[in-house]
Amino acid sequence: MTLTRRDVENIAHLARLQIGAGELPAYADSLSRILGFVEQLAAADTAGVLPMAHPLEGEIQRLRADEVTETDRHERYQQDAPAVEAGLYLVPKVIE
Amino acid sequence: MKLHELTVAELGRGLREREFTSVELTRHYLARIASGNAALNAFITVTAERALADAAAADQRLARGEGGLLTGVPLAHKDIFCTDGVLTTCGSRMLAKFVAPYDATVVERLAAAGMVLLGKTNMDEFAMGSSNETSWFGPVRNPWDLARVPGGSSGGSAAVVAAGLAPVATGTDTGGSIRQPAALCGLTGLKPTYGRVSRYGMIAFASSLDQGGVLARSALDAALLLAAMAGPDPRDSTCIERPVSDYAAGLDRPIRGLRIGIIREFFGPGLEAGTGAAVQAALDGFRKLGAELVEVSLPNLPLSVPTYYVVAPAECSSNLSRFDGVRFGHRCEEPRDLRDLYERSRGEGFGAEVKRRIMTGTYVLSAGYYDAYYLKAQQVRSLINADFRRAFAEVDVLMGPTSPTPAFALGAKTDDPITMYLNDIYTIGANLAGLPAISVPCGLVGGLPVGLQVIGSHFAEELLLAVAHAWQRETDWHGRRPPEPVRGAP
Repeated sequence: MTLTRRDVENIAHLARLQIGAGELPAYADSLSRILGFVEQLAAADTAGVLPMAHPLEGEIQRLRADEVTETDRHERYQQDAPAVEAGLYLVPKVIE
Repeated sequence: MKLHELTVAELGRGLREREFTSVELTRHYLARIASGNAALNAFITVTAERALADAAAADQRLARGEGGLLTGVPLAHKDIFCTDGVLTTCGSRMLAKFVAPYDATVVERLAAAGMVLLGKTNMDEFAMGSSNETSWFGPVRNPWDLARVPGGSSGGSAAVVAAGLAPVATGTDTGGSIRQPAALCGLTGLKPTYGRVSRYGMIAFASSLDQGGVLARSALDAALLLAAMAGPDPRDSTCIERPVSDYAAGLDRPIRGLRIGIIREFFGPGLEAGTGAAVQAALDGFRKLGAELVEVSLPNLPLSVPTYYVVAPAECSSNLSRFDGVRFGHRCEEPRDLRDLYERSRGEGFGAEVKRRIMTGTYVLSAGYYDAYYLKAQQVRSLINADFRRAFAEVDVLMGPTSPTPAFALGAKTDDPITMYLNDIYTIGANLAGLPAISVPCGLVGGLPVGLQVIGSHFAEELLLAVAHAWQRETDWHGRRPPEPVRGAP
């Protein structure tokens, strides 16, 4: 598997990552090597094998009661936000 | 008496018998950090004020005859565990200014036990790395040789315990991130069964693999910490509803007659000769202790690294989508529009290895490639899991090396991601199958520690710790300390 610069641009866009033009060849190279490396999985005979959903088969994951357990701490949480105003998170204008 | 040479168990006894106070002990460690951390770069944050307050509170509890064996004993947390009111960076520029608004369950439980928080340790960015070189805060150096890596991703935790800057530290292990640094720094490193320790407040990398654990100086210390941090948690639905054993009380279980499976696939050409010889000598030692050794084959295990490098990046690309530059974390300057805000905030906030894994994960999950990569990897994961299941029908534990080589030089493996990924060739299998595993020191090669890995069946922590303890009663590899001042120190 060899990825082109164009492929990397496309993947980076899907992942919402800005990758500088100068970095594209290095990512194309390393991602191609990683995909080439994992391609050895294709040789494994997995006919009829169920994909693993959980490492502990048979362990039952609890469901909790549908009750409100959180208190309102938005002021504290917004102290970690890059930009807030009047209790709202600020983002660039979305609708023209 | 050198306080920093005592184990957690010895410190706990000393505190209860009032041979020294927690404040004296904490001051001793803070002084060691002040003089020793610059060379190692092992702490991202030192919480000196908080430590002294924790220590004073612990001393009051002890004076009232309250508290347990951990009360007043200092520790360090890997900077992946959210700590209320304390900088929690995950080794990333993305969270370089993030002050956690709540405690991880692990942090909360160890604080409730009366442990004293010395600080938060350096780590590979978002726990993605095997050398601690991907940290935004710079690499950690190995106290056994400053020109070498401490392993990763819990490299800071390993370095501080090995260098005597903390008696014990927490870590997390997604593909070997507790066991490999433990091996490279001469420590006992335990990765519990998936779901044994709550992941609440532990910043997520690959949620089906991540598990919190301990880096300690002995199996007894690891047992004490695990008992305090493990157990069901209503805030993590993957945390298993099973009672926690008194691991320390189970340590003296005899190992005569124990059936040990030697994993044939772990002794191939990639294993460095000195490391292989040290591990072989340890296996011979177990035979002398009355264990029965049998060779076992897990034919699909060699596929564990490629399986991991599909599953882990896939989960990482999903988990790290939460970093959007809006609610918390790094935000770019002057975003033009929403897309620019996302792309530049994430492009600037994440380092190269994290971006590489996000993109790998995005690719293998994308339309048209999902079946060939992700589904296929989850099927191979089932085959690997079945290999382990068959092996544990025959033997009690599995053994082999933890890492193919001792600590390598800084920069030696940063050019090619595959070379770096292959460091975890012996550790990843246990994560894929959700199994507990421990690394214990079993020798020195060229003055550098080597680790023996013991893998158990699900919830066999008590047995793993007993096996490690039996080994540590017969040998003193776990008692070796790096030279002071450390080799290569300026």
